[in-house]
Amino acid sequence: MQRNRVVSLLLFVSATALAQGQDAGARLAALESSVKAAQSAGDNSWMLISSALVLMMTGPGLALFYGGLVRKKNVLGTMMQSFVLMGLVTVLWAVVGYSLVFSEGSPFLGGLKYLFLNGVGAAPNPDYAATIPQQTFMVYQLMFAIITPALISGAFAERMKFSTMLLFMTLWSFVVYFPMAHMVWGKGGFLNAALGGKVPCFDFAGGTVVHITSGVSALVCALYLGRRKGYPHEPIKPHNLALSFIGACLLWVGWFGFNAGSALAASPLATSAFVATHFAAASAALGWIVVEWIRTGKPSVLGGISGCVAGLVAITPASGFVKPFPALLIGLAAGAVCYLMVTKVKSLFGYDDSLDAFGVHGAGGTLGAMLTGVFATNLVNESFNRPLGAVDGNGGQIVNQLIGTLFAWGLAIVGTLVILKVCDWILGVRVNPEDEAQGLDLSMHGEEAYNLEA
Amino acid sequence: MKKIEAIIQPFKFDDVKEAMKAIGVDGMTVTEVRGHGRQKGHKEVYRGQEYEVDLLPKVKLEMVIPDARLDEVIGTLTRSARTGKIGDGKLFVYEVAEAVRIRNDDRGESAL
Repeated sequence: MQRNRVVSLLLFVSATALAQGQDAGARLAALESSVKAAQSAGDNSWMLISSALVLMMTGPGLALFYGGLVRKKNVLGTMMQSFVLMGLVTVLWAVVGYSLVFSEGSPFLGGLKYLFLNGVGAAPNPDYAATIPQQTFMVYQLMFAIITPALISGAFAERMKFSTMLLFMTLWSFVVYFPMAHMVWGKGGFLNAALGGKVPCFDFAGGTVVHITSGVSALVCALYLGRRKGYPHEPIKPHNLALSFIGACLLWVGWFGFNAGSALAASPLATSAFVATHFAAASAALGWIVVEWIRTGKPSVLGGISGCVAGLVAITPASGFVKPFPALLIGLAAGAVCYLMVTKVKSLFGYDDSLDAFGVHGAGGTLGAMLTGVFATNLVNESFNRPLGAVDGNGGQIVNQLIGTLFAWGLAIVGTLVILKVCDWILGVRVNPEDEAQGLDLSMHGEEAYNLEA
Repeated sequence: MKKIEAIIQPFKFDDVKEAMKAIGVDGMTVTEVRGHGRQKGHKEVYRGQEYEVDLLPKVKLEMVIPDARLDEVIGTLTRSARTGKIGDGKLFVYEVAEAVRIRNDDRGESAL
């Protein structure tokens, strides 16, 4: 009797221990999966917010910034050039664009694996972002594909036909943006730094992909289309700098999604990129204002907001690689260099880059891409686990940055020139002189922005 | 009857309007105009692009008054619109042949 009791007690104890062992394993697994779910929730919420912030940069940010800089007869036409891309590029991206950038293919263009977003759903794509749904990654990258061509519109403001612009932007996405984005960010892309590129070029958030391609293409457009009627001897003044001011401030805020979001997670790297982005914008705004104050005697609001955008452009490729003080330096340099580009270099050569898309994005993007090779450090971005830029003792990175920059320049020049020729041949690129004199709002869209008698 | 056409500094308009009300001149027509006399314009710089702005914003007042009040109105107007600097504006006086109040066909000074 007593023995039986002992045996059953032993049985009970060991069964309990066994059950507890099983229980511990299951609880550990449950714990792991809930930690993973929590991380995914955190990262995904930040990435969805970032996606929205980047879209906000195009509309209303860039639309207001550019819209205020043109004459009042062209404000709607100019805003429409940004806004319509929110529709057009989204469709291109869904059908084939995302696949051409982010599926594996040749080093220069992706394949068709994700055609019609096939297989792009809730499951993460660990090549790019292991903790968020691939659909989030897809929609985040889409916002970049929208704003990049929108930036170009600053160069041909007030004189390009709307129909031609749609054709131009469609072709430009295929010929310039998709290949360049694949080369730099796509797996196996020629310039990819993390996923097996031949020439690893650091471009955290799009110095080459976004700003050099758009800025240089803008210069080609400005040269090809020629000057606006009356430029530069007749006054062509910004019609509402208050709109531009609001737009620029929205760009500044939206840029946190653009750069810090490029960490693709709510991580310390995102924080670092956020800080670098803000610091560069701040010092560039001051840099531009100070240089202007010295040279013209007055610090202008347009100068301040142009400076902050120049700084944001320049820090874009570097944002996930540099410490806060180099970010301040990059911003300061961008403010001064871009000021000289738009005030001196433009008038020296006499091209009409109407809203300074080249002077700010082309020049600032090039400066930023090169300085990334100087200031990139493993202390900020540990994912590579090796010396990154010249400050880490890897001076050779500057050569890689130069190669990436030259690729972006070359593709933008050749691609844009060919596309413009094709567009000119099919539709004609420039509005006729009567339409230009009347303004794009009425001649292209049949409406006016300011109906004061209404 | 006389018509006074005065071109004045926009920022003096409220002073002029109050002064006219104070002496009982109730009717006036106001237009925002641009122009210049001997006042020089100013320079504006947008991203290094310099523009000379020589047409400056002004306010144009038109009012028709009885002959007897001409000197009084001119005096009040010049005093209230004056800053003493170049750019204060000018006023011109015209003869008016007839005035008609549309509501009831009053004519002449009683229509004012």
